[in-house]
Amino acid sequence: MHIWLLILGMAAITFAIRYSLFAWPELRFPPLVRQGLHYVPTAVLTAIVVPGMLLPDGEHLALSADNAYLLAGLATILIAALTRHLLATILGGLLSFFLLRWALGQLPL
Amino acid sequence: MTRRHEFLQGARDILPLIVGAIPFGIIFGSLAASYGLSLGQALGMSLLVFAGSAQFIGVSLIGGGAGAAVVLLTTLVVNLRHALYSATLQPFVRHLPKRWRVPLAFWLTDEAFAVVQHRYAERDASPHKHWYFCGAALTMYLNWQLCTLVGVLFGQAVPNLAAWGLDFAMLATFIGIVVPMLRNRPQVAAALVAGVAALLCHGLPYKLGLMVAALAGIAVGIVLERHLAWKLEEEGA
Repeated sequence: MHIWLLILGMAAITFAIRYSLFAWPELRFPPLVRQGLHYVPTAVLTAIVVPGMLLPDGEHLALSADNAYLLAGLATILIAALTRHLLATILGGLLSFFLLRWALGQLPL
Repeated sequence: MTRRHEFLQGARDILPLIVGAIPFGIIFGSLAASYGLSLGQALGMSLLVFAGSAQFIGVSLIGGGAGAAVVLLTTLVVNLRHALYSATLQPFVRHLPKRWRVPLAFWLTDEAFAVVQHRYAERDASPHKHWYFCGAALTMYLNWQLCTLVGVLFGQAVPNLAAWGLDFAMLATFIGIVVPMLRNRPQVAAALVAGVAALLCHGLPYKLGLMVAALAGIAVGIVLERHLAWKLEEEGA
């Protein structure tokens, strides 16, 4: 029962955040805000990706040649820049990640 | 384009992002099961909350015996970025009735936001772009439920599922979204600053670092855009 209450609480909070601005159709943003919104996807997603590559365990900086998240992340950035194709980037990135992990002996085989 | 076309186009455009989300959903289901959530509870969370990273952290906290306040506060902070998505899309959905705005908000994930803002940025005057939003978001939603189910039922059968590093799929997806957006100097600067700030602030509680980093990147983007516009004006004068 306790878990269901937490799930409902999480659902209410998540929906409230997502609906926060949709709830005010009359609202018009000032130019500064409108300008800033152009940078939302870049800033948010980069702020997720960079720690994912450099702090794979969530805590320790791993600037080393055996960090597959970092190396494959760089390869994925290269593929994305060259192809500008989303599916090619995701598949190419995953392939390079697993090849690296395999070569580095990091897969639980 | 007709409504049907928009809907199907949205569903099709989000497919690459679904490839990246499938491992994530399966790991979530398996993790939820390993933390003692029942099939109903794991599916219930995916059906009602529908927010990947918050669900991950949520089940870990619940499994670790954290208090309700910590679980809810963490959900709030981890999902705050969706307020930025909500603000970005508001100008495009504000003409819609509530019966549209409510479900579209409920389905507003990172992935749906990425493809939908791209569609709204296209210059054609299609009056049915919200059908595109609906098609993309609903496809993502159904896939998430399916992956959760697979994860709960079969995740335990694969030993060390978490050790494979399938979470890299999400990084590859986000890289594939961001890199093509880096078309001018303010966008590149916003990315660099957000990335560095995320590293510097990762120790902040409740994953607050993500929001701080995002806002820092946005601020730098605005400042640089204004500076470049001002320089152009100077040269023109």
